[in-house]
Amino acid sequence: MATVAGPARGNAIGEALRQARKAADTEYGIWSWIATVDHKRIGIMYGVTAFFFFLAGGIEALVIRLQLATPNGSIVNADQYSRIFTMHGTTMVFLVVMPLSAAFFNLLVPLMIGARDVAFPRLNAFSFWTFLAGGIFLNASFFTGNIFEGRLGAPDAGWFGYATLTSRQFSPGHGVDFWAMGLQILGIASMASGFNFIVTILNMRAPGMTLLRMPLFVWMTLVTSFLIIFAMPVITVALFELMFDRLFNANFFNPAAGGTPLLWQHMFWLFGHPEVYILILPAMGIVSEVLPTFARKPLFGYPFVVLSGVAIGFMSWGVWVHHMYTTGLGTIANSAFGISTMLIGVPTGVKIFSWLGTLWGGSISLRAPLMFAAGFIAMFTIGGLSGITHSIVPSDYQQQDTYYVVAHLHYVLFGGAMFALFAGIYYWFPKFSGKLLNDALGQVHFWLMLIGFNLTFFPMHISGLLGMPRRIYTYSGDNGWDLWNLMSTVGAFTIALSILVFMINVAITARRGDRAGSDPWDGRTLEWSIPSPPPPYNFAEIPRVHALDDFWHRKYTEDAQGRPVPIPAGAALAPEPEHAEGGHGIHMPSPSYFPLIAAIGFPLIAVGLIYDYAILAVGAAVLLVGLYGWALEPATEE
Amino acid sequence: MEHAAAGSGHLETSTGLDNRKLLMWLFLGSECLFFGSLIAAYLLYRDRSLGPPFPSDRVFNGVHYEGLFDIPFTSVSAFVLLMSSVTMVLALAAIQRGNRRSMQVWLLTTALLGTLFVSGQAYEFTVFHREGLSLGSNLFGTTFFVLTGFHGAHVTIGVLILLSLLAMSFQGRIQQKDSLNVELAGLYWHFVDVVWIVIFTLVYLIQP
Ligand SMILES: [Cu+2]
Repeated sequence: MATVAGPARGNAIGEALRQARKAADTEYGIWSWIATVDHKRIGIMYGVTAFFFFLAGGIEALVIRLQLATPNGSIVNADQYSRIFTMHGTTMVFLVVMPLSAAFFNLLVPLMIGARDVAFPRLNAFSFWTFLAGGIFLNASFFTGNIFEGRLGAPDAGWFGYATLTSRQFSPGHGVDFWAMGLQILGIASMASGFNFIVTILNMRAPGMTLLRMPLFVWMTLVTSFLIIFAMPVITVALFELMFDRLFNANFFNPAAGGTPLLWQHMFWLFGHPEVYILILPAMGIVSEVLPTFARKPLFGYPFVVLSGVAIGFMSWGVWVHHMYTTGLGTIANSAFGISTMLIGVPTGVKIFSWLGTLWGGSISLRAPLMFAAGFIAMFTIGGLSGITHSIVPSDYQQQDTYYVVAHLHYVLFGGAMFALFAGIYYWFPKFSGKLLNDALGQVHFWLMLIGFNLTFFPMHISGLLGMPRRIYTYSGDNGWDLWNLMSTVGAFTIALSILVFMINVAITARRGDRAGSDPWDGRTLEWSIPSPPPPYNFAEIPRVHALDDFWHRKYTEDAQGRPVPIPAGAALAPEPEHAEGGHGIHMPSPSYFPLIAAIGFPLIAVGLIYDYAILAVGAAVLLVGLYGWALEPATEE
Repeated sequence: MEHAAAGSGHLETSTGLDNRKLLMWLFLGSECLFFGSLIAAYLLYRDRSLGPPFPSDRVFNGVHYEGLFDIPFTSVSAFVLLMSSVTMVLALAAIQRGNRRSMQVWLLTTALLGTLFVSGQAYEFTVFHREGLSLGSNLFGTTFFVLTGFHGAHVTIGVLILLSLLAMSFQGRIQQKDSLNVELAGLYWHFVDVVWIVIFTLVYLIQP
């Protein structure tokens, strides 16, 4: 094909490439970032922003641990403590793990499926700016009290905001208003990106990239995106109702008018359990990419891992009552949901065994990404097992609202999600920066974080079983909890130290890191087939895909024993990526300011609802200007 | 209105479905959960108000209260909305045939019918409010106003979209080849219409 089309088309492509590159190269200023619709830049912005929120949520965690280090702690008072743990939980779930996953969706999905961008680049920018607006708005709540007198304005009802803790009666001030509306704004951002990635994955695959040739990370993005677009509406409606209760005297969760606070719990956890998988499935996807590369073996049982991911997506809708055993729904309901919760452990177990099977007999290279991925498997397994203990109703009665639950959820979300996200950061950092993170420092980071993590959260199993309740701001010294709490605090600061090592690593690498070629890890998926960092248009020519792990098969063939044998460069076997596309030039989508403008409308509307309808009107106008400008401008310069 | 794929310009999509159409279907799927949650709250709280006003005739603490619902009136406004779906279909058929003039007429008719529906709702809300129903009056007020108000907001947005399409077509920006724009607006419009059929049946017609 290449020879038939001849040099004429080559020139046309070359010219198009030159122009696309020129447009991108001449623009590196701040405005080019603000108007960008490039999925890679948006991914980087997601990642950097989420990391800042990670530091904020981490500082909140350190305050909590300092307060609880010893009995009768007096660093903060009860009111401040409630606000800080509420913001810690809300931040880590909605402003750290979800957007970090979104960062990876953005960076990787188009590259992995052989596309030049997502299906709706401006909608993608809109997701990011709306996320940023929501995050800033939520954190602005701190300043609605009088911060100089030590009165924080942040929400104080816990990250799950149980009714009636969120009622005006029990939470005066505007903290919960900011929480309810901030989460609605963040919901808009995640739903927009959910729609975008489903369409991208279903519709933008390179020729030959059938569904069962997609890298597992892409599959997990697809399942997660479906969970997002169906679960976020439920919480958004609950928050909407809460907002009406607080701002307009509605009665949804008001027992005095006959309302039932349990409605909140049902809606929250009907969202909340799928949310757990929204947080963990992308992490599982990352690990499923890292392990095969560093074991130099294909993912063990790929179709089963795909299928179990899809099964988890469906089953996650049928287990929410395990958060509500003690609310008195009755034995039948509790038993049914206990069984469904145990069942959802099965597809999760399938994944764990497939990861172990991938490592088994592989030629393993112990680099930082693999260390974090292995850490993920171990920590997530512990968290999964303590989760199974929660599914057993009588056992859960005992653990409900104790530190045992805190231990469990951190093993899943920190030991699980965060370890995997760091594996992803070390793995793909060279692809997007062009430089390799220092591996020795990466190992130090890993070991400090692993030790710190277990020192922090393992003792919580014990303090929890000894009866220490969650959310208490202090405790007396005669409960036998002192040692376990002190250990947790020491561990928390060890984690902080490990994060410092990571930041130093990034700083050093930025100064003088080793240049990474296009394929530093001998990777298997398409992103490694293009330069690091990738050009704005990703693929000079859209690749044609022949197999799962297509890029690997371009580099290696197998000998009789099934061992990989490199294909000599230029050999006849090495399939040049064929030309899947005709000779027309590359039109990249034009930059746009309108997504940002539209996103600014949301926090203005929210502030207006709380304080002054004039601001509301301004916000609505800004939103409309953004949306109409967006609709009327052409997407690409022709 | 986002245009297809970066770079891959006018290529076929992997599924053969247009990107924007797929987006609209997903969006409507997500909307089902929005309305589903609100309707569930209404049904959960139906008949659990601790005091008047009530939706239908009822004896409460020995006193007879007349119900607020005016079924004939709401049936007419439901019929209006239903008819607007027919005119929407005609608008799409017109532009697919390349008849811009006819499309404009039908788009305008659809928008007017939609406006008529929303006005009917505003009138209904005013009457109910005068009878003492408000967001805070009782559970009925809370769930009724939030559910039907949320739906009314959807119709209003739909009218705005239709009028925007109309304005664009007067600028010559909606030609036969752009009929997808009308089709997408139509999908949204029919969805909002169907949701009203569900709400009308569950909230107004079926009384416990
Ligand atoms: Cu759960």
